[in-house]
Amino acid sequence: MRDALGDVQSVLVLGGRSEIALATVHLLAGQRLQRAVLAVRNPKAASEEADRIRAAGVSVDVVKFDAADTESHAAFVAAMFTDRDIDLVLVAFGIVGDQAQADHDAQHALEIVHTNFQGAVSVLIPIADAMSRQGHGTIAVLSSVAAVRPRRANFVYSSSKAGLDAFTNGLADMYAGTGVHVMAVRPGFVATRMTTGMKPAPFATTTDVVARAIVDGIRARSTVVYAPAILRFVMPALQIVPRFVWRKMRA
Amino acid sequence: MSTPLVRHETLQGWGRTSPSESTVYEPDSEFQVPAILEAWESDGGAQRRGSIARGLGRSYGDAAQNAGGAVVSSAALSRILELDRAAATVRVEPGVSIEALLKFLVPRGFFPTVIPGTGIVSVGGGIGADIHGKFRHGSFCDFVDSATLVTPALGPMRISAETNADVFWATAGGMGLTGVVTEATLRLHRIATSQMRVDTTRCRDIDDCMTAMMDDSRGERYSVAWIDCLANGANLGRSILETAVHATVGDLPAERARDPLAYGAGLSVSAPPWMPNGLLNSWTVKAFNELWFRKSPKRPHRTTVSIPTFFHPLDMVKGWPSIYGRHGFVQYQFVVPYGHEHVVRIILERLSAAKCASFLAVLKRFETSNAGLLSFPMPGWTLALDVPAMHPGLNKILDAFDDLVLEADGRVYLAKDARVAPQRFAAMYPHLERWREVRARLDPNCALQSDLSRRLGL
Repeated sequence: MRDALGDVQSVLVLGGRSEIALATVHLLAGQRLQRAVLAVRNPKAASEEADRIRAAGVSVDVVKFDAADTESHAAFVAAMFTDRDIDLVLVAFGIVGDQAQADHDAQHALEIVHTNFQGAVSVLIPIADAMSRQGHGTIAVLSSVAAVRPRRANFVYSSSKAGLDAFTNGLADMYAGTGVHVMAVRPGFVATRMTTGMKPAPFATTTDVVARAIVDGIRARSTVVYAPAILRFVMPALQIVPRFVWRKMRA
Repeated sequence: MSTPLVRHETLQGWGRTSPSESTVYEPDSEFQVPAILEAWESDGGAQRRGSIARGLGRSYGDAAQNAGGAVVSSAALSRILELDRAAATVRVEPGVSIEALLKFLVPRGFFPTVIPGTGIVSVGGGIGADIHGKFRHGSFCDFVDSATLVTPALGPMRISAETNADVFWATAGGMGLTGVVTEATLRLHRIATSQMRVDTTRCRDIDDCMTAMMDDSRGERYSVAWIDCLANGANLGRSILETAVHATVGDLPAERARDPLAYGAGLSVSAPPWMPNGLLNSWTVKAFNELWFRKSPKRPHRTTVSIPTFFHPLDMVKGWPSIYGRHGFVQYQFVVPYGHEHVVRIILERLSAAKCASFLAVLKRFETSNAGLLSFPMPGWTLALDVPAMHPGLNKILDAFDDLVLEADGRVYLAKDARVAPQRFAAMYPHLERWREVRARLDPNCALQSDLSRRLGL
């Protein structure tokens, strides 16, 4: 059960190897967290991550979850919510893909959109239903600032996050004023495994900063959080940059 | 048998911090209660969510809500059944408020022995939290003669300190987790007037205040100190001490003495429905506390005021928690035994240092404890303070307070709590295991649950 100050006792992470998600779990482990479930495509690959969380005194389960296998989602969610409450679901899976390939390869572009957007929609609907039956809980969805103004350099990824962001906001509106809290998290450039080899964008940040923003957002029951916080003001400004300037910025 | 009203509702406590959704039933007969408990105990869903009783929603945290489960509201069980003048007892349904009880009893020359700091508390809630007030010689359940408790496994039971005593004392302060109270008989205090004779004294610091509170020479029945917890340094704990007795007819001016038990409802205003969060900050609170302190005269003085004016000053502002904005607030209330006064002082110091924008903190003391297995009162000092929920790092600050309280063998009050860690709670309540044994007998399948019980693993 989440307490009055937003500290949660249980978390389910979809995309359990996400570095942002793991940083968040570690932050929560220093508070009231008792149980974490890491849902990952390949459970064997997550044993190290699980052990590190266990070392913080949290009981950890690693379960198999494939975001792209939408057929399996309903049964997966039903199993997750069977015996105990889940205070927080962190939707953290996603792929960046290869934009250069996606520029011409529809199959690859669809793969990105399928995992990041369709996969998320497919699992978020039963999660929100289960949480509504449970009567309480937070769903935090990792979106991106790319959802706010898509960039040429990764526009397929951006468009998948834009779709996910819009969906998450709609879900938040649907559950406003209830015990279910839905939040979109829009990090800027974060140095992780996923962005290795990429040129850091301005306002680049770290997983710890994003984790802190997520934890603060849960407490404040925010609908949208940015990390770093300054992007809350930067992104609306970038949104109104005229197209011809935006193209020149080579963002 | 008719069926009770049902609705789906998002509920939260008085601190407005932890909303959750429940199915709310409003039975208008005690006979409808067992069916509700049964329906949610054996609910076909994979998760049995259970039921919990709710009165007037004045628990600050998550005690009277049940996410995804049933909430049994006592709103339609609010009749005063019988006044026994000779025995000085009154039999009531659980939804009767202290306010309604006062309106009925005071003109008849009776007073509920223990009343809390607000009139908007139900008798059922009073039992569930074993509430206390400015009276320091006992808490609410010390004056509950008997009650009827609908339990999941054993059905309706008559309980009192003599009959089914173990169940009675598991229910006193048991936060509704032993059953649903459907009727109770309260022992009353006889009064001659509807007025209070109040002595007000300014205390320059916390030591001064505690010394004055320990001084019984005035023979007061009720006492409370309002502490300005933003004052620091030499002013730390500067406070206003109010002590009172029920006024005698001789205390009243002639025009009141003609009808000494006349009891009018107090004036009330509403707090604005919406307030910016920023309005409540250390500056505004400091100004308010300064004003509160200055409004009382420098020299000790004596006045005669109405019962609500003395007991329920905050009830004059309906919905006052809205000043804390949409993020709400937590009330931290603890008790430490006599001899551990330093804990009160350290906590005031740390709050002041952390610039926690707390409105007046309230200091009271208890002379006794009772056999309630989860009852809060114990001989010692109890301090209650409100803190905005968004204060940075608040849980760490309060966890550190919990450790101080625990070290002194004190405890925090469940009716106010919304955040204590389960392990610390268990260490604070030494009779928890015995309580669990009684509960397991009454409710082996956990048909009674609340957000609080889930949070604390009760």
